[in-house]
Amino acid sequence: MAGWTRHSGRALSLAIDNIDTDQLIPARFMATPRAQGYGQYLLHDMRHDADGRPDPDFVLNRPEAEGASILIARRNFGSGSSREAAVYALVDAGFRCVIAPSFGDIFAGNAVNNGLLPACVSEAMLEALIAAAPLDAMIDLEAGRISTDSIGVPFELKATWRLKLINGWDDIDLTASHHAEIAEYAEARRADRPWLWPPAG
Amino acid sequence: MTQPSTLFDKLWADHVILERPDGTALLWVDRHFVHEGSHHAFAKLKDRGLALAQPDLTTGVADHYVPVRSGVTPMREIAHMLDTLQSNAETHRFRLFGQGDRRQGIVHVAGPEQGLTLPGTLVVCGDSHTATHGALGAYGFGIGATEVAHVLATQTIWQHRPCSMRLQIDGTLGPGVGAKDMALNWIARLGSDAGHGHAIEYAGSAVRGLSMEGRMTLCNLSIEGGARTGMVAPDETTFAWLKGRPYAPSGDDWTEALDRWSALRSDADAVFDREERLDADDIAPVVTWGTSPEDALPITATLPDPGRVAEPSRAKRIMVALDYMGLTPGRPIAGTPVDQVFIGSCTNARIEDLRAAASVLAGRTAKVPGLVSPGSQAVKVQAEQEGLDRIFEAAGLEWASAGCSMCVGMNGDRVAPGQRCASTTNRNFRGRQGPRARTHLMSPAMVAAAAVTGTLADVRPLLQGRAA
Repeated sequence: MAGWTRHSGRALSLAIDNIDTDQLIPARFMATPRAQGYGQYLLHDMRHDADGRPDPDFVLNRPEAEGASILIARRNFGSGSSREAAVYALVDAGFRCVIAPSFGDIFAGNAVNNGLLPACVSEAMLEALIAAAPLDAMIDLEAGRISTDSIGVPFELKATWRLKLINGWDDIDLTASHHAEIAEYAEARRADRPWLWPPAG
Repeated sequence: MTQPSTLFDKLWADHVILERPDGTALLWVDRHFVHEGSHHAFAKLKDRGLALAQPDLTTGVADHYVPVRSGVTPMREIAHMLDTLQSNAETHRFRLFGQGDRRQGIVHVAGPEQGLTLPGTLVVCGDSHTATHGALGAYGFGIGATEVAHVLATQTIWQHRPCSMRLQIDGTLGPGVGAKDMALNWIARLGSDAGHGHAIEYAGSAVRGLSMEGRMTLCNLSIEGGARTGMVAPDETTFAWLKGRPYAPSGDDWTEALDRWSALRSDADAVFDREERLDADDIAPVVTWGTSPEDALPITATLPDPGRVAEPSRAKRIMVALDYMGLTPGRPIAGTPVDQVFIGSCTNARIEDLRAAASVLAGRTAKVPGLVSPGSQAVKVQAEQEGLDRIFEAAGLEWASAGCSMCVGMNGDRVAPGQRCASTTNRNFRGRQGPRARTHLMSPAMVAAAAVTGTLADVRPLLQGRAA
């Protein structure tokens, strides 16, 4: 996975709260292998009407959505199911960043493992961005800042997550240098409490 | 003198292998559950050429895609998911509670029931309802596919240390009111994101008074309030429930384990980052009316009216949710006609849940169709020994096998577009039970009340003269 430090792109506003991962990708699409691409499933049931036709008024279906890579949403984005497929759908549809005042914890971790930035901003700053969207924005991971023509918006990001995004690391990469410590811990734990290992089968 | 610590502090400290300067730690995983949906993680493992680190600490369970209705042949795509789990279990040599195994069930029912989940263990699964295991005093949380692959390869997980929150619930629950009502009550009061970044310890006399089944329901719904995990300190109720279960320690190991587990409680003067309190006496049977678990009200209430809400974005959200649900603002919730009912899921399909529903349904007929899916094959066998299956069938409901079924619809059991379902499940999200399905969450007793009246209804009058 490629790391990144700065990203410039078009930001769209989906000014709804509690966009859960069942909406980001309905469960019925999740048996598909990732290699086939998940972008077409992003917000599938919001984007289409009851007969399966794209809703031309929905933000992702409008002309300004072409090439967009930043999504602005309200509180509790990505709540609910732990399905990483919700992140695959966003990434495969071309998104590099979601801006919201709060995120589901599991979603945020999954996002970072796939190079997608969950940028947590204040409610006041969020409203300013929603009012200005669609707009062009530049994200600087090192500075922790989103810049537009008119405003600069700071976002929160834990240091380990910044490190992973910049280097393009997922959890497996982060652990690569720690195998000796893990082996030592496991051995001590098993010696101390062998009954924590259930019988096989 | 050592610093007083919370139950969570003790669980965290026991699992830290190393810590980074920003508080992110690498933690040891004692129990890892995988299911058919974990296929992305196994694919990742294969891509990177990695092996399974600790097969004995890994358990596979067929639940998300498994068919539960008799005579249903799974679609090719679903059969493939079940076969893939089976073949991964064979390749990587981990234990599997597969389709047809008497130990099979929903992962958060079968894991504790088999004695795999123990107090003090760290439990992860690629499923957001993994906090269920916290009912035994374990540290359980849901993870994503990359993390599943990481646990498979290393038996460890990276976590930011959560803040601590104690939710104290004292008092006595009224008849017909249970753990589901407690959970939906706090989520409605504090919000579906109230628990972000927090580990919740449920405490207080009303929590102590819950059975293990009730505690699992309460902990299960922690994620619906946004919490990273939820837990209850283990006590005599826990130990009595756990003793003698197939994978629980026995003999001298049991005695030693019990000694260690007895220390798993928050010290009297431990400090929490956040404290919340509820009075159990104030809790009425709850139903959800909207499309987030925070959209919950007592069955005696009226639907919210966006015209009376000052904040425009909140008013709009209520309007959109009521529109999706096909409901009229300001009308009483009770009396809303339902099309079907579902009793099942990792939230409410344990034996006590089935007994609660059966106590309402006994000798009565359901006015609407419904599906009852026990949480595990063991629960199914026990329910049949108690004659509960005959009560459900006599009432006109379909008695099925164990799986996630209509909670998430992955196995094809779905609520049809526009249909209204009274459901014991955990999520009333748009489309959760199927495209345009309308879900009302409530307790098993309340779902039974909806079945016999054909409407959203207060279960309490239906319990008069019956053992609740």
